[in-house]
Amino acid sequence: MKIEEARKFHKIDAVVVGAGLAGLFAALEIAKKGHQVAVITKVYPTRSHSGAAQGGIAASLANAADDSEDMHMFDTIKGSDYLGDQDVIEFFVAEAKKTVYDFEHMGVPFSRTAEGLINQRPFGGHSSPRACFAADITGHVLLHTLYEQCVKHQVHFFNEFQVFSLLIEDNISRGVVAWDIRNGGLHTFHSKTVLLASGGYGRAFKITSNAHANTGDHLSLILEKGLPLEDMEFVQFHPTGLYRHGILLSEAARGEGAYLLNGKGERFMESYAPGKMELAPRDVISRAEQTEINEGRGADGQDYVHLDLRHLGSEKIMERLPQVWELALNYLKVDGTKAPIPIQPTAHYSMGGVPANMKTEVIKDAEGNVVTGLYTAGEASCLSIHGANRLGTNSLQGAATFGRIAGQSMSQFMGENGYQKMVEKPQDSALQKISALTENKGKEKHALIREELQENMTKHCGVFREEKGMQELQAKVKELQERYKEVSVDDKGNAYNLDLIEAIEVGNLLSFSEVMVEGALARKESRGAHYRTDFPKRDDKSWLKHTLAWKTEKGVKLDHSKKVVIYMDRYPPLERKY
Amino acid sequence: MAKENVKVKILRYDPEKDQKPYWKTYETAVDAGSTILDILNEIHWKLDGTLAYRRSCRSAICGSCAMKVNGANILACETPLHKYKGKTLKIEPLPGFSIIKDLVVDMDSFFDKLAAVKPYMITKKPIPNKEFIQSPEEFEEIKDSTLCILCGSCTSSCPSLWANEDYLGPAALLKAYRFIFDSRDDGAVERIDIINDRNGIWRCHTIFNCMEACPKHIKITEWLSKLKVKATENSI
Repeated sequence: MKIEEARKFHKIDAVVVGAGLAGLFAALEIAKKGHQVAVITKVYPTRSHSGAAQGGIAASLANAADDSEDMHMFDTIKGSDYLGDQDVIEFFVAEAKKTVYDFEHMGVPFSRTAEGLINQRPFGGHSSPRACFAADITGHVLLHTLYEQCVKHQVHFFNEFQVFSLLIEDNISRGVVAWDIRNGGLHTFHSKTVLLASGGYGRAFKITSNAHANTGDHLSLILEKGLPLEDMEFVQFHPTGLYRHGILLSEAARGEGAYLLNGKGERFMESYAPGKMELAPRDVISRAEQTEINEGRGADGQDYVHLDLRHLGSEKIMERLPQVWELALNYLKVDGTKAPIPIQPTAHYSMGGVPANMKTEVIKDAEGNVVTGLYTAGEASCLSIHGANRLGTNSLQGAATFGRIAGQSMSQFMGENGYQKMVEKPQDSALQKISALTENKGKEKHALIREELQENMTKHCGVFREEKGMQELQAKVKELQERYKEVSVDDKGNAYNLDLIEAIEVGNLLSFSEVMVEGALARKESRGAHYRTDFPKRDDKSWLKHTLAWKTEKGVKLDHSKKVVIYMDRYPPLERKY
Repeated sequence: MAKENVKVKILRYDPEKDQKPYWKTYETAVDAGSTILDILNEIHWKLDGTLAYRRSCRSAICGSCAMKVNGANILACETPLHKYKGKTLKIEPLPGFSIIKDLVVDMDSFFDKLAAVKPYMITKKPIPNKEFIQSPEEFEEIKDSTLCILCGSCTSSCPSLWANEDYLGPAALLKAYRFIFDSRDDGAVERIDIINDRNGIWRCHTIFNCMEACPKHIKITEWLSKLKVKATENSI
């Protein structure tokens, strides 16, 4: 491999890592303000995983029924199991409406009410029909529309580039180094600002709705620079993953009235959340499903339950849920108009991520001190809107709104600040990572290490968690980290070296998974998506606080001094019942 | 889980090593219910790390994994092995594009052509405080076309494009349709100016390959025919 020859250098105002809703909205804002912006993405922008979101984007427009910002705020706080920061949520629900209207003005093809307004449907945990939708392809049309606008405003795209290191020195972000997947070779980007918007970390699990690309690379890059991650133990398991595949069947199915049935044909949510039934929040339903399965009441005597659409009738299914219907047919040969669809909980959304303040500036400690020039938004970040459990349709909204805010914050910063000096030998760290894999004579295969990690994460750090299993998992992660040092890649070439990219990704998965497990072990309570069978109660006295985690030479360092922002007079913590 | 034996021929090409593409055969056993993508993953992860292909979402929405299998363009992630009834699989990159490596093709021309049709909403009327009003019927006119995932299957299957690489192709023209027929858009005239060209809409000869290839079952030919009518009206 001749990496040296291909080195390239770019000087550009802003670098946006990731081309989903958060990254593209930020890039658009920055370009509109007249700054030069480069979007670096592992895939093509329209292939980003925001596009897989189906059901809708939350905003209290009140087009379909009475609604208000206050109601949206309370639902989000309750959904978060009181771990969401209420100042951020208050800002979020107000900005949400503007974001949706912005989208509509950009041309997003929303489904319409009879009066020609944006149509809205019910969604789990929301007390009013608040999900603005386009059939069941909402994320897809939002993503494509933003891409179209970026084309119009001449955003520079570096498609199929993967960031291998962050250039941060003296607490100032100076750019990134990225690998050109298509041709091979490292490129150095010298910039005034960097936005991390590269999504979630669901690929750490075996059963997941996440794309192959969702390997949380930015998390490991942050840890590598001695910076912390926040609330990594909170991972949402979506109740309607297609059996065995884990890919998503939209919550819109239940929004439109689908039932969940156990092996006895019972709507089992009756026993878990009689008030909300199939529209209880995701963490509640996933635990209910897993309990039914674990206690022998899975459908057909198997380790799944059923999603039943049949009573909706084929006309409604085809109009409102065409994608759900087609996925079940193609992958499982089940025609949803005639038979119930096998489903199981699937790792879906990462509530944890890179800590940031309301302006999306990355923070480096519990006191909120920032890293100059570094920003984060969307699923990559932890602000924290979603706390211990995100409500459906708040993800697209969170990504878009805070992408927009990031673009504004970054533009303001770039208007007031010049370029900082480039670091010495910027590509050294990336070069080392590459040579460790291409020159290694070891016999380990990255794919096998990844599979072992994913199986163990799903088993011990999934819907239900307990101390002993997680201790085993902790040892397993360490073992896999050791074995990873002996990984060699088959492909030593430059052009589209998928082998190398995946090997780097596995290294990243191993690095942040350790932090996830440590966080989950330390949090001796159950809150939202984090459920400890050995500590089944929420413990507000000890745990109304966020987890910050660093990687040090001595292992993971945890800090629980960052308190949750709560308006005690308005939304004091209550028991969470549905 | 029951296993199924499968024989796969893949068109391989590494620009750093090979003069031209060649077929390589793999035999492996995969879980029953596997998709074409599962099989490629199995080969790449267990047998031959040098194999290159694109994939991401696994749920037929990102458009990364379009390729040609046993003569037809498909999305590897949503196409089950059982569809091929035990036949040897022949997997090759999308036709009509140059190969970067193995199953990975150069999509630059595809995205450049998309950009050429002004693929974004153009509004000249004042922006309302809330949403533009659009009736369900008006939305219905564009709904099908907004399903496009830009996978390239249609454009790659079009004989008119094989004959003339400058042809805009069905995907770019569909995008033009999606905006020209959007009740909120005011850019129809400038877009029709672009597509009303020998390398534009008139090179569509209504062959229907694009519709057959489209994994989202978009009625592409039908919408392109409506575009022709619109272009004719505008030129008179």
